[in-house]
Amino acid sequence: MPVIKVHNLSKIFGKRTKEAQKLLDKGLSKEEILEKTGSTVGVNRASFEVEEGEVFVIMGLSGSGKSTLVRLLNRLIEPTEGDVEVDGENLATMGKDDLRKIRREKMSMVFQKFALFPFRSVLQNTEFGLEVQGTDKQERSEKAKEALELVGLGSFVEQYPSQLSGGMQQRVGLARALANDPEVLLMDEAFSALDPLIRKDMQDELMDLQEKMRKTIIFITHDLDEALRIGDRIALMKDGSIVQIGSPEEILMNPANDYVEKFVEDVDRSKVLTAENIMKRPETVDVDKHGPRVALERIREQGLSNMYVIDRARNLKGYVTADDVSAARKQEQKDFHGIIRTDMPTVEKDTPVHDIFEIIHDSQVPVAVVEEGKLRGIIVRGSLIAALANGNGNEVNGDDA
Amino acid sequence: MMLDIFSKLTFLSIFTDIKEFFNKQIPVADWVDEAVKWTTDTFSWFFDPIKEDFGDQLEKFAELLADIPPSIVIVITVIIAFFLSGKKFGLPSFTLVGLLFIYNQQLWEQLMSTFTLVLVASLISVIVGIPVGILMSKSKWAEAIIKPILDFMQTMPAFVYLIPAVVFFGIGMVPGVFASFIFATPPVVRFTNLGIRQVSKELVEASDAFGTTGSQKLFKVELPMAKTTIMAGVNQTVMLSLSMVVIASMIGAPGLGRDVLSALQRASAGTGFVAGLSIVILAIIMDRITQNINKEKS
Repeated sequence: MPVIKVHNLSKIFGKRTKEAQKLLDKGLSKEEILEKTGSTVGVNRASFEVEEGEVFVIMGLSGSGKSTLVRLLNRLIEPTEGDVEVDGENLATMGKDDLRKIRREKMSMVFQKFALFPFRSVLQNTEFGLEVQGTDKQERSEKAKEALELVGLGSFVEQYPSQLSGGMQQRVGLARALANDPEVLLMDEAFSALDPLIRKDMQDELMDLQEKMRKTIIFITHDLDEALRIGDRIALMKDGSIVQIGSPEEILMNPANDYVEKFVEDVDRSKVLTAENIMKRPETVDVDKHGPRVALERIREQGLSNMYVIDRARNLKGYVTADDVSAARKQEQKDFHGIIRTDMPTVEKDTPVHDIFEIIHDSQVPVAVVEEGKLRGIIVRGSLIAALANGNGNEVNGDDA
Repeated sequence: MMLDIFSKLTFLSIFTDIKEFFNKQIPVADWVDEAVKWTTDTFSWFFDPIKEDFGDQLEKFAELLADIPPSIVIVITVIIAFFLSGKKFGLPSFTLVGLLFIYNQQLWEQLMSTFTLVLVASLISVIVGIPVGILMSKSKWAEAIIKPILDFMQTMPAFVYLIPAVVFFGIGMVPGVFASFIFATPPVVRFTNLGIRQVSKELVEASDAFGTTGSQKLFKVELPMAKTTIMAGVNQTVMLSLSMVVIASMIGAPGLGRDVLSALQRASAGTGFVAGLSIVILAIIMDRITQNINKEKS
């Protein structure tokens, strides 16, 4: 069951919102509405669901409405229309007290510029949410310290935000959000203000934390690499509308329209795609059923120089070369005994394409993709290059395979 | 034909009406007189006790201060100055020399009266001003209404509201406090408003996102963030109420102002200068001390 259900959520900034809403329903574009009513469409009928424990990334360029959208989720901005259901309760229409309760207990937010209180120490900042709830001093101090331990700042409790680096400040921001143990974590460009190396560390750390905590995270970013790194699913926004929702692979492999395609064009695909995405169905022979005769036939049929050998349970046994098979055939040998070679390169299904380059470079045979010893597919140089070249050719310069 | 003449006549009569209107003065002054009289009569139950009791208390407080041996007051002030200025020697030495000078000029009692007046007027200004400033920062309407009132309070010549002050509170320290209050409250209101409005949007959002109530947000986030600005307003308020000392002495408020006034009346430049200098010394000490309280805590 989804934790968050967003249905037809819109936000229009300006005075003539009702009129603008009608035009929006008629399907007019953002520019046309601005021209006709002077109102700006912040978010245009967004609908999506976020499952428990999922990292849902909302991505778009600046001005695409992603920051507005995340603020509609905890109603820091009042929606013009639509529903936001959290655990079945509609946040968009609930009273102030109920809303406050949800903000206190179910949703926490991490901000782009950290938004730490400069007059409070690290510990006091982390305690803020609990303090607001009226948790007693002892308990909130303990919980805050736990949260700080979690983000690796256990020894900085007495410091003040101005004494910390950007990365550390954002850890405090994260600890503050985690301290009241919310179900949902809203992260608004949480790592965008950090420099690239620190950002990467923080992404890794968030993923590690997520493995332990299994929170539902809604993560806003303008950085596609970041989205692909941490997102279970990604929603791509343009001009206030969600253009595509899908897993990182889906977005990369099947862009819904030109906009998404253009967006993903510059991505370093080698870091996103895994062996599974580019492997082909292998031509194989069964060691239990077939002999050199069948193998030779298939090899000739397909115009190959070698072929993988498996058993009945698809366990990978090795490969045979065309020369060996044809020699065995001449000697009337009935099985593959003595000609199966096992020096083939193997990778796991989730090995990034990036790491396959080197392996395939040194190899005479296709790379075998295995899962628990079973052959799932093969990767030949051609398909590797094709996957990377799909949409852009930047990655394959100088590779002569 | 008839109609035409008739309409011309009506037009003429309107014209004469307007002319008459401009020739006849609008009796604003009379209205104000009446309003002041009405207020005095109607609220005498409110003004009289203030006039009597509050006035007595103020004078008693001033006497009490004057009864403390000056040496003790000087030592305590110098110590406060020393610690607030971050254990430097500039301000404490100035305080020491300045206060000794005033004592030496036999203006000590007047100094204590002036100090009482400034202290009480500033306290009332701050106690009233900060909540008004908060109200202003929270509501567009309140801001729209209060802003022109503040402009009025600050720009209306002080002598003008000395008159109703005397009518309401008689002469002495109380109308002095009242006049100071009118003149010195605007800055603390304005600075409080400004300080709260300047709290960054992200911090306010962070506060909201954690589910703060209005008062939690105010006390846990906005006021602490605005403190430096508010304290700057308090400092201005203290300075302005000090500048009202001479004017307040025109309606009988005791203190250094009275010496300046009497020097003016007798055209004696010397005593005027000494009393004026004493006011400057008090102003500098109070200014630096309130500023340093601000720095200390921020």
